[in-house]
Amino acid sequence: MKSQHRRAMVLGIVLMVLAMALLVLGAGIGSTGFENLLAASDDPVALQIVRDIRLPRTLGAWLAGALLGLAGAVAQGLFRNPLADPYLLGSASGASLGVAVALWLFGMSPTSTQWVVRLGLTGAAFLGAVLAVLLTLLLARGVQQTLRLLLAGVIVGVVLGAAKDLLTLTSTDVLQAIQGFMLGSTGLVGWSACSVMGGLGAVCLLLAWVLAPVLDGLALGEATAASLGLPLGAMRAALVAVLALATGAAVAQTGLIAFVGLAAPHLVRSAVKTTHARLIVLSTAMGGLLLMAADLLARWLVAPQELPVGVLTAVLGGSYLLWLMHRRSARGGM
Amino acid sequence: MMNFARLWLAGWLCALALSAHAVVVTDERGVGVELPTPPQRIVTLLPSLTESVCALGACNRLVAVDRYSNWPASVRGLPLVGGGIDPNVEAIVGLKPDVVLLAKSSRVTERLESLGLKVVVLEPKNHADVRRVLDALAQVLGTGDAQGAWRAIDASVSAAAQSLPASVKRTRVYFEVNNAPYAAGEVSFIGETLSRLGAKNIVPASMGPFPKLNPEFVVRADPDLIMVGERSATGLEQRPGWGRIKAVREGRICRFTAEQSDVLVRPGPRMGEAARLMADCLLEHR
Repeated sequence: MKSQHRRAMVLGIVLMVLAMALLVLGAGIGSTGFENLLAASDDPVALQIVRDIRLPRTLGAWLAGALLGLAGAVAQGLFRNPLADPYLLGSASGASLGVAVALWLFGMSPTSTQWVVRLGLTGAAFLGAVLAVLLTLLLARGVQQTLRLLLAGVIVGVVLGAAKDLLTLTSTDVLQAIQGFMLGSTGLVGWSACSVMGGLGAVCLLLAWVLAPVLDGLALGEATAASLGLPLGAMRAALVAVLALATGAAVAQTGLIAFVGLAAPHLVRSAVKTTHARLIVLSTAMGGLLLMAADLLARWLVAPQELPVGVLTAVLGGSYLLWLMHRRSARGGM
Repeated sequence: MMNFARLWLAGWLCALALSAHAVVVTDERGVGVELPTPPQRIVTLLPSLTESVCALGACNRLVAVDRYSNWPASVRGLPLVGGGIDPNVEAIVGLKPDVVLLAKSSRVTERLESLGLKVVVLEPKNHADVRRVLDALAQVLGTGDAQGAWRAIDASVSAAAQSLPASVKRTRVYFEVNNAPYAAGEVSFIGETLSRLGAKNIVPASMGPFPKLNPEFVVRADPDLIMVGERSATGLEQRPGWGRIKAVREGRICRFTAEQSDVLVRPGPRMGEAARLMADCLLEHR
């Protein structure tokens, strides 16, 4: 047990050091490929690009990935299902429907246009994500029955996704405009987005860390968890709120980025066996590192063009997981 | 009654005159489609093809269009048979068209052919394509002055270019297709029109027609003028670092409405009108 704790500690340190290194590297990678930062220091445009675009973007990628990693660990613990991901409660479809409605309302009438401009697409996405989770909770009549919640989330996701398709198909203009959101991108993350994600992320992480014992209890079954004497209902509701907030914040700022939330907790578990409190923290760091690395590659590989970052997260995280599974089954485990 | 008789007579005469007009049209798949008589019932599944058919004077032969075709006004009353990517096969077959015109990306080509319909795949992507597609369509229709239609487009692009003073030329333009951000490069049909107007595109030919850009590429290129659809433009000024771009600083941004965007993003007979829109934008912000 002691050695597992030490391993968790080491993994945490490694993840943070790697993240720091990538943050520095990320400041040097942009539309011109890799450039020497020291050589660029006397060019005001280059400096401003580094300060206002690359740094917030790189940090934003880490923060969004961290939020998704955190949400993924909470979701998998809450639903006791290794396939659970942050979008399970319908927040992804809700966010995309929010953006679609905003784009559709834009230009309908002066009043609606004004509202859309005031709310912004980010606001619309966040609102959509939160409303979708509330709808899921309403359908599941609260958080008491895990299976019911899971099912309601899947249904809300499918229905809202279809509603989004219906809206976007009516006009090529809306179809064009929503593409950026559906592909997912960290390219337009600025300092303000970073502070929103950072603030929400800190709150969510703290809450999740405090509530982690209930996830450990749940891992042993509902009855055992109840027998621990914890206020299960309230703690579950709080964890769902953490899940919804973390996912909503990430999705609103960066669009749909698949796989980070699913893969991050698995990658951590493949390295250490530990309690949920540590798993949540490590999964947060892992998610951040994963998305940050994917974002660096997305803008480096075909500079000055970009690859959609979600594609790279799937390729990176997915192939590592596959390799891991292959290695384990070759050893006779898993 | 009189009208009907006249129409019938005209149709009969046409049929007589064109009965020896069996043509084989080679489409973009390289498939030769044999049309024994000029088709009288046509379905199009791409707005630019609808517009081209109408420009060749065969609008009255259209029996259905895709849901995005909205020009000219006369096509708005026609039955809609889905979009290019999600067409309604049953509705199309039910209309018994003599020929279906659609894009390469459409998934129904083989299905429609297996149901016994004639399908011609045409997808204009640049100026030369528009001209070639007009020629092919005139061949399909057995009527229409493709040369004339192209000359009209060409002349209005030239007229738009000539209306611009020399000072407007060399304006460095960024044309944003959507906020991913995808841009229209020099080799796209939009870029070709911009070049003919004398404007300079910040996205060089080497990057392909519609590349997904790193936003900092735009900041570094520092365009004098931004052209963008108003839907994609929400929050454009607030994008990180974009405040220092000359076009944003000086408010030189043209936001096109959805109707204007339709004109701009369709490679077809309204490219002259598109050139006019871009020229007006260049003039307004010189």
